[in-house]
Amino acid sequence: MLSTFLAVLRRDLLLAWRGRADVLVTLAFFIIVVCLFPFGVGAEPNQLRAIAPGVLWVAALLACLLSLHRLFAQDYSDGTLEQLLLSSEPAALWVMAKVLAFWLSTGLPVVAVAPAMGLLLDLEQGGLPVLILSLLLGTPILALLGAVGAALTLGLRGGGMLLALLVLPLFVPVLIFGAGAVEAELSGSGAAAHLLLLGGGLAGALALAPVACAAALRISTD
Amino acid sequence: MLEVENLACLKGDRLLFRDLAFRLQAGGLLRVAGPNGVGKTSLLRLVTGLALPEAGEIRWRGESIRRAREAFHGDLLYLGHAAALNDLLSPLENLRFACAAAGDAVDEDDCVQALQRIGLADQLDLPARVLSQGQRRRVGLARLFLSNARPLWVLDEPFTALDVRAVADLAATLSQHCDAGGMVMLTTHQDAPFARPPEVLDVGVFAC
Repeated sequence: MLSTFLAVLRRDLLLAWRGRADVLVTLAFFIIVVCLFPFGVGAEPNQLRAIAPGVLWVAALLACLLSLHRLFAQDYSDGTLEQLLLSSEPAALWVMAKVLAFWLSTGLPVVAVAPAMGLLLDLEQGGLPVLILSLLLGTPILALLGAVGAALTLGLRGGGMLLALLVLPLFVPVLIFGAGAVEAELSGSGAAAHLLLLGGGLAGALALAPVACAAALRISTD
Repeated sequence: MLEVENLACLKGDRLLFRDLAFRLQAGGLLRVAGPNGVGKTSLLRLVTGLALPEAGEIRWRGESIRRAREAFHGDLLYLGHAAALNDLLSPLENLRFACAAAGDAVDEDDCVQALQRIGLADQLDLPARVLSQGQRRRVGLARLFLSNARPLWVLDEPFTALDVRAVADLAATLSQHCDAGGMVMLTTHQDAPFARPPEVLDVGVFAC
């Protein structure tokens, strides 16, 4: 048991390391999107401070979306996905390993640079711990929901665009509670409720998304 | 024993074949024959459970493969058209991953030996993207040496891109597996030097 899970996790982390340019591109995308806002809305500190939580969350969400199509595409085209579907372990398990490796290699670096980008937008320092916590809880949800979309659009023409149309509406609640947590903390009402809701969402996504994703993969490879 | 009954396969909106039936007993070597596009690969994918049949049933050891999926996949080795190699990993890493993901308990030494036996001793640590077509095919086939515990081998065009000696070696390996009580089902357009002539299943007979 778990041999497939561990094999997939180890391999995908190794592949992320070998192809680290892709990870850096995602990170650079996140940084550049955040940097564009002061040019667009003007470098007025009060204004930037007000929009900072939302900007950081939208940028993190787009960075995640940008790399989602890579999650299964390579394994699908080289036949690895078929072999994984023929393993006797339940597919939901190794799907979880793939999503975990994906989050560790794209979500976690974004979470790591987010505080620095927060300072760039003059986000008050009191809000930074909540920002990190909300991203730590929220970005895995984005990865799990996105994996279902990536599995459904596998091998389709224009799959990337379709993927965005499919998953962006699903990302909205995560965005509301994620950015809301930081704003609530700064306004003094406390972020506990938002963070608990994000935690609940993560638990639900962990339970349901791998199963849905496995079913979608079976349909896509049929 | 593998039993297939009344199998029908729909591809897009076209019925490829119907009422296809055969049995594969222990020790059997079955060659799936027929012209291009008749549905040989589709048949293999149905037998592995990767695709679902339009009608009919496939039974392994008397049980439907859909009901006993995990046990069936534990007994099955399928090598498809694509070699399942990642270009960023070496042949050794690819083979180790393939075995570990399938749940076979093999260590690094076994994998090295299998790759040496198939003629890739000098390419163990090169990235797979520099390998030739024939060499890529060999990395996939190296799994055969590590899968003796799996009785049913389903191979899609295993001889493609191999040189004459490798074809002879592979045919000998497949014959040995059958002699040891295993089963092999394969597609090929080549005449391979098997020890015993294989049974032939002509999909064209069942074509619609």
